[in-house]
Amino acid sequence: MTNTKIILAATATLAALLALGPFLPGWATFLGAVALAKGITALGLVVMLRSGLLSFGQGLFYCVGGYGAGLLMLWGDVTNAVVLVIAGGLSGLVAGLLIGPLLAGYRKIFFATLTLALSMLVHGALTKADILGGSDGLNLRPPTFFGLEQTTGLSPVFAIYALACVIAVASACLLRIHFRSVRGLLSLGVKDNEIRVEYLGTSVRRAIFENYVVAAFLAGMGGALNALVLGHIDPELAFWTTSGEFVFVAILAGQVSVVAIFVASILLELVRSFSSQHFPNAWQMTLGIFMLTVILFMPNGIGALLQRRRGSKIAQGEAP
Amino acid sequence: MSAILDVRNLRKSFGAITAADDISVTINAGERVGLIGTNGAGKTTFVNMVTGYLRADGGSIVLRGADISGKSPREIARAGVCRSFQIPQLFLSLTTEENLIIALGISSGEALRPFAGTGSPVLVASLDDLLTRYRLQEFRHRVVSELPGGVRKLLDIAVSVTRGPSLLLLDEPTSGVAAEQKFDLMDIVVNALPKDVTVLFVEHDMDIVSRYSTRVLAFYDGRIISDGPSDVVLQDSRVKSFITGAPN
Amino acid sequence: MQLVTTILLDGLIDASWIFIVAVGLTLIFGVLNVLNLAHGNFYAIGAYVAATVAGWYYASGDNPPAFGLVLMLGSSMLVAGILGPLLERGLLRFLYERDEVILVLVTYALFLILEDATKLIWGVNPYYAYDPYSLFGDLKVYGLTYVGYDLMLIVFAIFAGIILWLGLNRTKSGKLVLAVIHDRDMSSALGINVTRIFVIAFTIGVFLAAIGGAITAPKISVQPGLAVTVVLLSFAVVVIGGLGSIEGAAIAALVVGLSRSLAIHLWPSAELFIVYLVMALMLAIKPQGMFGAVQLRKI
Repeated sequence: MTNTKIILAATATLAALLALGPFLPGWATFLGAVALAKGITALGLVVMLRSGLLSFGQGLFYCVGGYGAGLLMLWGDVTNAVVLVIAGGLSGLVAGLLIGPLLAGYRKIFFATLTLALSMLVHGALTKADILGGSDGLNLRPPTFFGLEQTTGLSPVFAIYALACVIAVASACLLRIHFRSVRGLLSLGVKDNEIRVEYLGTSVRRAIFENYVVAAFLAGMGGALNALVLGHIDPELAFWTTSGEFVFVAILAGQVSVVAIFVASILLELVRSFSSQHFPNAWQMTLGIFMLTVILFMPNGIGALLQRRRGSKIAQGEAP
Repeated sequence: MSAILDVRNLRKSFGAITAADDISVTINAGERVGLIGTNGAGKTTFVNMVTGYLRADGGSIVLRGADISGKSPREIARAGVCRSFQIPQLFLSLTTEENLIIALGISSGEALRPFAGTGSPVLVASLDDLLTRYRLQEFRHRVVSELPGGVRKLLDIAVSVTRGPSLLLLDEPTSGVAAEQKFDLMDIVVNALPKDVTVLFVEHDMDIVSRYSTRVLAFYDGRIISDGPSDVVLQDSRVKSFITGAPN
Repeated sequence: MQLVTTILLDGLIDASWIFIVAVGLTLIFGVLNVLNLAHGNFYAIGAYVAATVAGWYYASGDNPPAFGLVLMLGSSMLVAGILGPLLERGLLRFLYERDEVILVLVTYALFLILEDATKLIWGVNPYYAYDPYSLFGDLKVYGLTYVGYDLMLIVFAIFAGIILWLGLNRTKSGKLVLAVIHDRDMSSALGINVTRIFVIAFTIGVFLAAIGGAITAPKISVQPGLAVTVVLLSFAVVVIGGLGSIEGAAIAALVVGLSRSLAIHLWPSAELFIVYLVMALMLAIKPQGMFGAVQLRKI
């Protein structure tokens, strides 16, 4: 797909999602918005994965983004959803800029464990920070959308859903274009052979750092969106199990398609929602079994399935 | 002839082993220099120090007037020294084309821009040029892990010249290549290289050395024991007894 | 002085059970290269089984109390002995070819499954198994009264550590395990039955977690949430001590135990935070941990 085609496809998808919105029942728009928020975070994780690093601590940025938006609303009296989400993204970005340099020197299990540890540090700090709500967290007010929610009578859930759609589609589109660019190929090169990259004259550390900051920004936006949908922020956002879910979405999606990430996220939310409703004492187990099944029987993730059906090959520039 | 590489009193030890014992040599622009010596004589250590893989214990390495001793491989590559590897260092999971695009992108700076596509006319033209000159066109879309050894060697060299280096170091370019294909490979490489590139190549095959080099440096025990035109050095009695084993 | 003693002893007692559990985790990582996120669940299962057995045993008449403890330990060891090989052969072995990260996800999935499984089997109400706790009487240290059982824990941990060390360094099978930890491919090339070593190592790891749970059961209320706390602590210990190092686990357990104790007595809000702070610092300064047997970060 050329870049023009990607943009066209993205626009069409966005239009479809927005058009579909009003016809969906409330729970579906809610679920959709949450799934998209998490999908955006997982998308960031995939950016990192393409350079060979798995972060088990994206929850840190997800949480920082949520708190960034939440505190801006509660303490700064800002209610505009777009501003809040951007603020969340920027909060994540700043956090990424701060810890990125430390992390860019680590690989594999050490990288994963350090990201996990840092995320748990944030969790621990927030749990004890009473001024930030402690372990109960904080409740947020409904966000506004440039006053449109009054004039058009939009349901608040649909409005956030729409915002989530816009951000998700825009990020997906931009990253899809990025993945097939030269810089996108460089990430794959870094994953494959760091030595060669250095001997060609560019910095591996810098490439990884850039990817990490992008991932942090995306997770920050995801966290902010999630906060607005749920109307609540708490330290659990930085708990290791939250990060584990992003990892699972990325693995479920596979390494081939950007769209698959959001499909995977929606699937995960559906499974979670279904199981917590019908077997509330066994929803974790259901999730676990679901994960195991995917890992065992679909090693290339959903994306591989999608790709096969379309019949396209993983040609140069097509693979993310 | 201008000096391109000036090495003075280079020293390197690994514990009790002296890999470089006060080496001094000047390489002039445009020379094709063969580095010979038995294993452990210090030729690879020399290459590794020049390309930044190893830090010398002492001495200086000056490239066109600029001191590159102790700099990182990345900085040295940017200064115009590139290398190929004995075991080709390539992106095995990517195609031949993709390997070259990454290399070209890095050298032109395109790899630093987030959305610069792979279809820019300049990039495509350079890509086609490299693929043709190194006879890689038929392997263009094949994943490197599937390529035969000789092709990988060619690709490794092609990748290392994308920067347009002024000094190119080839580490055993024909090692692992079938005997009958060695000359073909070197012919391709020599014809593909711009005429003004200075080349240092480490080799064990003396036929290759005599045919493709104008000057030979013979290493032994961390020192250069002979330095001169290839036919002269290869006939040197010490070189014969320590390295080539040819009868006197 | 009393405060110092309290902190030290409490830290030491904590370190003891943490060591037993964490050393199992480090062994599993060292041999199989699997970061077992479900490790806490085996601790919990050990605790639950022990508590259940204790419940039956002590309720049914006048049985010798010491034997109860033996039964508790024995039963959890039995369960571990079944679960270990079952999980390793039945699930993990199909995934060794895959990226080590996939294996982490698998253990994470196992964690989720076992969390709910224990809830389904044992319910959500806490179990108590206090009876053996008074087996060893009390001891007075600097005017403070300490429960003998807790001090026994320290002895037990040292004992377990020594046995483990001897087992690894002085027996033939143990040395094979060390060989596999050091270089799996080479061991395999030398003809070592790596598959067998995997099963053994994983089972011992699970074993240790379960014993840790069984022996601590008399001190705690056995309830949901144990697994998470324990895995987080043992994970921190393993990282601080160095993945795959027994000695590291011992020292790191002391570090973690003492840090927690310090936090609890001086700054209660920082309990888990301080552990993760130490872990993060260790990763930043010396990522392979104190005695790490695993290779360093790259570049």
